Amino acid sequence: MTAPSPPAPGPIPLLRLYVAGQTPGARRALEGRQRLIDAMAGQIVIEIVDILSDRTAAETAGILATPTLSDESSRPPRRLIGDLTDVDQVLGFFGLTRRI
Amino acid sequence: MASDEETDLDPVLGRVKTGIEAFDDLVMGGLPRGRMTIVGGTPGSGKTVFATQFLAHGITDLDEAGVFVTFEESPAEIAVNMASFGWDIGRWRAAGKMAFVDASPRDRDEVVLGEFDLSGLMARILHAVEAVSAKRIVLDSLTQLFDHFIADQTVVRRELLRITAALKQRGLTVLMTAERNSEYGEISRHRIEEFVADNVVILRNSLDRERRRRTIEVLKMRGSRHVEGEVPITLLEQKGMIAVPLSSLRLEQESSTKRVTSGNEELDRMCGGGFFRDSVTLVSGATGTGKTLLVTNFLAGGVAAGERALLVGYEESRGQLFRNARGWGVDFEAMEADGRLKIVCLYPEAQGLPDHLLMIRQLVEEFQPDRIAVDSLSALERIAPETGFREFLISLTSFIKKREIAGLCTATSKSLVGGQSASEQHISTLTDSIILLRYFQQADLMNRGLVVLKMRGSEHDKHIRRFTIDASGMHLGEPLGGASDIFDDSPTAPQTGS
Repeated sequence: MTAPSPPAPGPIPLLRLYVAGQTPGARRALEGRQRLIDAMAGQIVIEIVDILSDRTAAETAGILATPTLSDESSRPPRRLIGDLTDVDQVLGFFGLTRRI
Repeated sequence: MASDEETDLDPVLGRVKTGIEAFDDLVMGGLPRGRMTIVGGTPGSGKTVFATQFLAHGITDLDEAGVFVTFEESPAEIAVNMASFGWDIGRWRAAGKMAFVDASPRDRDEVVLGEFDLSGLMARILHAVEAVSAKRIVLDSLTQLFDHFIADQTVVRRELLRITAALKQRGLTVLMTAERNSEYGEISRHRIEEFVADNVVILRNSLDRERRRRTIEVLKMRGSRHVEGEVPITLLEQKGMIAVPLSSLRLEQESSTKRVTSGNEELDRMCGGGFFRDSVTLVSGATGTGKTLLVTNFLAGGVAAGERALLVGYEESRGQLFRNARGWGVDFEAMEADGRLKIVCLYPEAQGLPDHLLMIRQLVEEFQPDRIAVDSLSALERIAPETGFREFLISLTSFIKKREIAGLCTATSKSLVGGQSASEQHISTLTDSIILLRYFQQADLMNRGLVVLKMRGSEHDKHIRRFTIDASGMHLGEPLGGASDIFDDSPTAPQTGS
């Protein structure tokens, strides 16, 4: 294994972003996701789950609102509903700090 | 309200039966198909029971699958809570007749930041609807959903409207429950009904004279007629919610001209040949004047004529009734053994009035009597608020007449001489015939007098007759001369001693 950047403390965090189709809201959420990944210098994985194509995902996770960004590794799951624009606030909620 | 969904509505709305029979009558056959109904009520008023019964009836009787969206209890809790009503939710789910969307509160650490929608909820609902091809859907309760997104009420409203429109477009009949803070006041906490409901139904569970009184009221039915006012309801094991309708909903029955015996030949003659087959007679009198004797004669006379007779007793135990009857030469035991007589005794306090009514109806369905006696109504009146008692009487008398059964009810007057019982005032307009029994003083003797006060649709003897009671029963004497005022409120000794 090569280490292109300073070793991350622990494994790379994994979040899930639940969106519904191609709405303007979903598009904004996807842009927010990209900004989060950039701020973490790529040291984060944010899976995109489109609940309209993955029909059981919302039921399994108990999602009511979209967009929802979820950390399902924590107990109970931490979830942020709505606007992902404020990168530092979003990262802070999940206990992360920006790399760049 | 979006106007596009109003265009394809059938002028005569199709109806979706709720399975709460008498309620379906109130709304002209059921909830309008493809519409949205809000069921509002305080905690414990039976909203979830109503909602589940709505689904249950579709599943078990009409092969219409249903979806239950729960914001409050978990599906497992609902299945357990509803099992006592005889609803096997687990089996329905396994058979693909019912699907849950579990939006009950889960353990999670959640914040809301900025704009969002409820597409997650909507996708889950539509997925469940498609999975079982649902025709009916319940959302229980909206109040929890609003509380979940407490800072974003407008978003929840907008999204509920969107979800409702999508469900209606798919032809589903939608039922949503909403919590109320008080029995009388605004319809629901978040005023949901104002923007989204076609129909509004209110369940109440109020305290009236230290007794719980459950009712259901249809407040609004868009584009459709409905019966107004509160109707008593009760919750029964293995059955669910039952509404107890008032007679005014029913068409009057054709009156019969067939006479049946009162069990006393002399009284039959006074009544112009006996009671009418489908009539209700009230016997009113103070304690000890002979009401129970008339009841005993009525039952025995019916059995002797080959009829089946039912007695519902609220004053005396079976033992006492049997002993009394034996004293008058009537053998209740033998009649019961022959299956011609059924005597049911219980304390009025054992259950609420709607339950008493249901029990009587059930007994009649089971036993199929030709005549029924209730002894006494006054005992029942003790346990009920006035409005409830009147509703009970209306329901009881209309039921008896509808079944073309001869009915005899007793009422106890409070004062020993003269006077009216409260039940008398209630029931006198509801019954076809009234017989008064009174004590009266004649010289230095207390005698008993009887008069047929009213006999609907028939001539009758209007004389007051003295009667005696001995080991063979009641014996009516000759008309009493000069005792014209003994049935007044303050009877005095007849002026002319006879």
